[in-house]
Amino acid sequence: MEIGLNHYLILSTILFAIGLVGVMRRKNLLLLFFATEILLNSVNIAFAAISHYYGDLTGQMFAFFVIAIAASEVAVGLGLLIVWYKRHGTIDLESMTSMRG
Amino acid sequence: MFEAVAFYLFAFLTIAMFFITVTTSQALYALSALAAGMIFISGFFFILGADFLGAVQIIVYTGAVMALYAFGMMFFDTTREVKEKKGNKFIVVGLATLSAVLVVAIFAAPMLSSNVLALYPAIEGAGNTQSVGLVLFTKYLIPFEVAAIMLLVAMVAGIVLAGKKMDLSLTLLNAEEIEQMDAEINKKVLS
Amino acid sequence: MEKYLYIALFAPLVSSLFSALFTATPKKQFVGIVASFLIFSAFVSSYILLGHIMDGGEPIHVEMMTWMATGNLYIPFGFVVDQISVTMMMVVTLVSTIVHIYSIGYMDHDKGFNRFFAWLSAFVFSMMILVMSDNYAGLFIGWEGVGLCSWGLIGFWFHKDIATWAANEAFIMNRIADLGMLIGLFLVYWNTGTLQYEGAFAAFAQLDTATLTWIGIFLFIGAMGKSAQFPLHTWLADAMEGPTPVSALIHAATMVTAGVYLVIRSNELYSLIPHVGLFIASLGAFVALFAASMALVNRDMKRIIAYSTLSQLGYMFAAAGLGAYWVALFHLMAHAFFKALLFLGAGNVMHAMHDELDPFKMGGLKKVMKWTWIMMTIASLALAGIFPFAGFFSKDTILEAAFAEHHMVIYGVLLFTAGLTAFYSFRLVALIFHGEERYKIFGIHPHEAYRFMLIAMSPLLILAMIAGVFQAPFFEMVEEILGAAEYHIHSHVTLWIMLVGTQIFVGLAILYAYKKYGTWSSVPDGSSKMENSFIYKLLYNQYYIPYAYEEYIVKPYNEISEILWTKVDQKIVDASVDGIAGFFYSAGENTRDMQSGNLSTMLKWMVAGIIILLSLAVVFGLAARYSGEIMAILSGLGV
Repeated sequence: MEIGLNHYLILSTILFAIGLVGVMRRKNLLLLFFATEILLNSVNIAFAAISHYYGDLTGQMFAFFVIAIAASEVAVGLGLLIVWYKRHGTIDLESMTSMRG
Repeated sequence: MFEAVAFYLFAFLTIAMFFITVTTSQALYALSALAAGMIFISGFFFILGADFLGAVQIIVYTGAVMALYAFGMMFFDTTREVKEKKGNKFIVVGLATLSAVLVVAIFAAPMLSSNVLALYPAIEGAGNTQSVGLVLFTKYLIPFEVAAIMLLVAMVAGIVLAGKKMDLSLTLLNAEEIEQMDAEINKKVLS
Repeated sequence: MEKYLYIALFAPLVSSLFSALFTATPKKQFVGIVASFLIFSAFVSSYILLGHIMDGGEPIHVEMMTWMATGNLYIPFGFVVDQISVTMMMVVTLVSTIVHIYSIGYMDHDKGFNRFFAWLSAFVFSMMILVMSDNYAGLFIGWEGVGLCSWGLIGFWFHKDIATWAANEAFIMNRIADLGMLIGLFLVYWNTGTLQYEGAFAAFAQLDTATLTWIGIFLFIGAMGKSAQFPLHTWLADAMEGPTPVSALIHAATMVTAGVYLVIRSNELYSLIPHVGLFIASLGAFVALFAASMALVNRDMKRIIAYSTLSQLGYMFAAAGLGAYWVALFHLMAHAFFKALLFLGAGNVMHAMHDELDPFKMGGLKKVMKWTWIMMTIASLALAGIFPFAGFFSKDTILEAAFAEHHMVIYGVLLFTAGLTAFYSFRLVALIFHGEERYKIFGIHPHEAYRFMLIAMSPLLILAMIAGVFQAPFFEMVEEILGAAEYHIHSHVTLWIMLVGTQIFVGLAILYAYKKYGTWSSVPDGSSKMENSFIYKLLYNQYYIPYAYEEYIVKPYNEISEILWTKVDQKIVDASVDGIAGFFYSAGENTRDMQSGNLSTMLKWMVAGIIILLSLAVVFGLAARYSGEIMAILSGLGV
């Protein structure tokens, strides 16, 4: 059985959905960050697969940049998280209601 | 045949790991499952011939990012169970699935319907790492440098944010508290 | 010469703007003085221009700037000083100068002193534009400008309901007529391609009679409104709610004559359509009689004079309609002098009598108000057309014109009206100045007006006496432009019989008025036999026309408006507008929960939003991709 591009795309879809579920469902900020990593990775798979099946390296290039962005996001995000935790003693989403309209 | 077996195996493992990541109530389990999922994803990259990408995936994600999360978790009280939101699960899952399908549909449709020409075709006779290097340091040089600067900035920001006194806001403190703080700093410097 | 033109035109504007600066401040004497001085400078400029034209100078034509230039439409701010407009300018500036000076005294105790001068000067400016414009569009601007200022001045005492009502009535009546005028202007432009007098008049000769008739009729409808001709006449009597100087300036001497001016100005049009001219003349004669009959029994001093104005406007239209344009213009000028004088005299009386208007409550005022008595008597003599005062030369010429044109019915009506005019004028004079001093019953202590007011009126007095001598030079001046129709009765005997007969008839009417009212001793209470007669009631109630308007136009209109308001406006328009507002309000109210500040709720909404956007992208992408097929399906469906 030949594995085609569609297989990868479906896999990517499933992973993306899992990531979104996590984003919407998680209350703990740290775990919410995990979910965003899943989202990024699912897209990376799609990029790599497309790159492979079309013989074009651009997909891989994008995957690299996605990884770079993910790394910086983690660095800054964790820093902010630590600051927040120091000040409030919790990283629960329910406690963050200062944007209440 | 081998490819198919590998694909399905890794697919099953990845989905399972990520599923655990988003459902478990233990932060430590989630972290471990995520790290495992990352490694399994690198497996896909190897299958797809993107060796360099796979290596980067393992080093950056599993090595650096996960280590960062692990250190981050030390700050927080992660031993207690994470309370989850009570809400309609169908809405969440429905929304997620729908948007994922749409994203894939949008990106896949043009490719399936027309022949996309390779802008930077893989170079014949060169390994994946060499070809990646050739493209990255020619066509994508500027984005690459910009990404480097971005990482530097992110590093500085991470250090500063996690550093001392960042939990204090000068605008939220009143004048006496600030003076007191200044006095303490001066005392330390003098002594 | 052009600079005098600009001074005459813009001095009133400067005066108005200067006075307008002080409208929010308490009374300042110098505002009136400066305004009067500026209007006087306009008068002097007009006089110089008159001298220029009288000496046979070329008409002055200036084009200040382009106003509208779109496609084929070209309308400049152009002004012309020719024989007609210079006459009007003289009348306007002279009367307005006098009225301005007079108003300094008349409005002495009024809180709106400064505002009054702002409006009054604005009116003069609009009137100058009206008479000086070299095209119909400029005339229309002036036309609307005087309407607006008239509205502001009639309703000057806006705290009185009746004054605002009268102001609105005048404004609305004029709007109705202005619609006719506008249609006339459109027709002119449509058929000639220009609104410049010169171009339009030149093009009229090539048009067919039907078109010209329509143009003439619609322009005349505009003139009917402004000059308060039947059936749009009711506003003029009600306009007497305004301050008396306003009545003198606007509702006697200038604005109401704008309609006559329009007909005279368009003489080349009306010469081509004599049947419309005959209609105008007939209507004029009818209005002359109709208004005079209402003046016979009225018990409001100012309204009597207003009806008299109406009647005299009828004379002017009769003359203009018969083609005797120069006679109409001359009567317009002479009438402006003695009617303004009459109004200002009435203003003096009102001041003395503490705003009492019923002449039956006055009487015997000649002892305390000698000068006013003399002025009003002479003005009335001039109005009645007694030799050698102004009215004799102007009004009798109209009668001669009617006679010479063999329109005996019009002549008869006008002659009869001349008698009525004499009667009601002297009824008023007799009731106010002669007889017993009935005002004593009401405890009023009359006093003569300020000396400077009387001096200001004196030029009018002199002109009312001697304006007749200008007839010959005036004729010489305007014959070039208005046609040299001098009305000679062929037989000298007939002429003398007519002149003397008219004088005797008018004189008898005056004597009868003196005899009947000169020794009046009581205030009528509505019980006498005459007051209960049908004719008296008919005349006193102005032929029930205001009543009919109220009953058959205003009330049904009100009811329709009410229905439209409750049914259409509230149920449909308001409801839909409120519905839209309510929808957004409730949408906002219901979506407030979105802004809970809870991050994961927001994330959910974000995902929902992403789905919507992505769906749109998919839909449009598919639509773009399959546009050919979609078009085919749509065209198959017949869209």
